[in-house]
Formats: sequence, C-alpha cells, structure tokens
Amino acid sequence: MAFISRGFKGRRRADADPSRVPPGQYVTDDFPVLSAGPTPHTPLEDWSFTILGAVGEPISWTWEEFASLPHETVTVDIHCVTKWSKLDTVWTGVSVDGLLEEVETTGEYVTAFSDGGYTTNLPLEDVTDGKAWIADGYDGQPLDPEHGGPARLLVPHLYFWKSAKWVRGLDLRVEDEPGFWETYGYHNYGDPWREQRYSGD
Amino acid sequence: MARAALLRRLTWQLGSVIELVGETPRVKSIVLEVPDWPGHRAGQHVDVRLTAEDGYQAQRSYSIASAPEDVNVVLTVERLEDGEVSAYLVDELRPGDGLELRGPIGGYFVWSELLGGPLFLLAGGSGIVPLRSILRHRAAIGSAVPVRLLYSARSLEEVIYRDELNGQAVLDGVDICFTLTREWPEAWRGFRRRIDEEMLEEVSWLPEEQPLVYICGPTPFVEVAASALVELGHDPGRVRTERFGPTGG
Repeated sequence: MAFISRGFKGRRRADADPSRVPPGQYVTDDFPVLSAGPTPHTPLEDWSFTILGAVGEPISWTWEEFASLPHETVTVDIHCVTKWSKLDTVWTGVSVDGLLEEVETTGEYVTAFSDGGYTTNLPLEDVTDGKAWIADGYDGQPLDPEHGGPARLLVPHLYFWKSAKWVRGLDLRVEDEPGFWETYGYHNYGDPWREQRYSGD
Repeated sequence: MARAALLRRLTWQLGSVIELVGETPRVKSIVLEVPDWPGHRAGQHVDVRLTAEDGYQAQRSYSIASAPEDVNVVLTVERLEDGEVSAYLVDELRPGDGLELRGPIGGYFVWSELLGGPLFLLAGGSGIVPLRSILRHRAAIGSAVPVRLLYSARSLEEVIYRDELNGQAVLDGVDICFTLTREWPEAWRGFRRRIDEEMLEEVSWLPEEQPLVYICGPTPFVEVAASALVELGHDPGRVRTERFGPTGG
C-alpha cells in the first residue's frame, strides 16, 4: 500500500499546466542558482568557444565572432534536478546545429566543458536537430554570470545540470564518458519526464 | 569499485520520526529512524517526498545534519514563507509519523578525513546544516584537521545549534566566529554585519595554507563569500559551494 503523509494536503498551483510539469517537480517563478564552486568571471577578450575531439580539425570562435553568428530566441520550460521547474523562460543563443555544421565528426557523444572545470556528457543526438543552443542572453539581457554567463549550453529537454554554465566548448567523443555530476551519482542521461535523477533511476 | 557503489539504485525508504527538536523559532531538527539507511558522508543530502491522500506528491531536498557516526538520521529544516514542504515538516510532523526519503545524494559537497585540511566552513543561515554534519564527523573520528567556521545569522535567536557549536568551539583545532546581520545583544563581541572581503581576510586561513573551503547558504551569501575568497587568492578548485533559495520550497 502506498504511504500517505499524515496531515499533508499539498498546494497545487492553479496557474501551472500540469502537463508541462514533470514528475516530482514544482513550478517556481524565481530563478534559483546551483553550482559546485565559485562563479568564474572570464573577460570577454579572453573568451573563446571551441569544438574539438573526434573532429577533423578543431574550430574556435572568439567572443566577437560568436556574437556575430545568427542568434535565435526560444521560449522553453526548464527543469532542475533539485525539483524546481520554470516555465516559459526566454533565451537567446546560437543553435548548436549551426556550430556543428563547421565540423566533420565520427563522434556520437559530446562532453561540454566549462570555465571552472565543470563537464557534462550528452549523446550527440540530444544537442542536434534544434534541441540545444549556446545561450548568451536571458530575458532580453546578456546572460548573468550567476546563471552561466557569458554563455551556457541550453538543452531544455534534459535536467538543467546538462545545460552547462560558463561553457567554453564541446568535446566530441566516440565513446561516452560521464561528466562532473554524472560521476557523483547523478543519472547519465537525465530525462525529467522519466525522472532520471540519479544513477539507476 | 567506487563507480559500482554509485550505481546502486536509490530507492524510497520509510523513516519514522522519533523526535522533533526546536532549534530556532522557524527551524526544527527531525530525528529519524531509517531501518535500511545505507550510511552517508558528511555534507550529503536526501530527497524527501510527501504524499497527500489523493495521491498528490511533493519532493524537496534537505541536507543531512547528523554525522555518519550518529545512530539516527537527522534533517534540520527551516520553515520558508509559503513553503509547501517545509511548513509541513516544521508545523505538522509529529513523533511516530512516517517520512519517505531517499539518499544519500551528492558526492562533491562532502568532507572526509582523506581530503585533509585545514578546513574553512562558511554558513549563511540554515546553510549551517551540512557543515554541522562535517563538524560532528570531524569530532567523532577524533580528527586533528584544524577547522574554522564563520557563521552568519540574522540574530542570535536565529543561530541554529548554538549550544552545540559553543561546545565544539572548545575542542582543539576548532575556531568558530559568528556574524549577526540584523540584531545583536548590546555586549555582542562578534561581527555585526554581512560578510565582506575584509571579514573573510580576517577570519580565513591564508591562501598559502591552502584551506579546503565549504560554503553553504543563500545564493547572495555564497556569491559574496566565494568571489571574495577567490579575490583574496584562494584556489577556486578548493572552494566548494552549495546554494539554496529563493525557491518557495
């Protein structure tokens, strides 16, 4: 028999469409922050974005070059493994498809790497076909450092730790390799709709 | 081996509430008996799940306040304004009630003696909870790793574990400083302001002493503390942070 928490009634939000909230999540209007260490502050003149690994020739963009690439504005729901979801967030960024067009790869996986040493791993097919961006704007403003600025990966269909803050590049890989949180017991794939929070979920 | 251990599936477990301890007007410690508790490391957290009669569920994460050596698992919870789960845990839960949880979770914001020291712990408000687990663990294993704690609270009344921390402060190698940000007794000899770079320079180890730093608190507290320490010359790779709120949880 399922356990009932004596005296718990709960408070369902009337204004949030339940079909947009994955299991175990609650909707917040705030934008909480989660990071394992200090917020890096890389000057834009030292910033670059690089695609390397299983590619013919690595390719890099300076901030100026990156900023001049075609940007898209997308409205998406985001889901953090710490249980909050935020609906209708508005981001501006460069589609990962556009960046990957510049390289040939034999890899089927990607490890995003960031200032501060953070990494996270994803199947390549989860960052292609319009599913991922390198976002440098939030809500019409430059992306705040606390939230991953100058640029972060945005992969809204997976738990938000996969959307690496302070991202500096993508390492294309033939074999999958767990990233930072993935080696600390978090799920390797992280689909919020299947509640893949931790290893074995 | 380590990898295999991590892959063990975290299943929901039913703990039973043995005792509730009022820590401050808004904070209670929940003492739990968890029959199949796999053990934890100091600094880890658990997920708590509440289920209403109609099947509605709500989950939140809470830091573990007890040391791995303690007999019971203790969670210390602050009642948040509009907190759906925290209000239930602080106001409604009674001894004898069940509480579903799964864990332990998180392998980075943890301390074990292998990691060494010296330790610099910085707590903002209820951010003291995982750091208390670290302090208790250090004492329980008789570690000689020197530790400094800087704890920022709004007032003396809101200092969680005050007696226990004062007890810890007499141990060899433990140094505890408080800063009160809103109200303080007339004769208060600690700091009387929000943390800033000057305070951190005064209290922290020198960067050359290569302390291992754990910062837990609300995001603005963590941002100020971590940025100031990096500014003072501390290695960002030795600064571990855990942030909470504002989430309405």
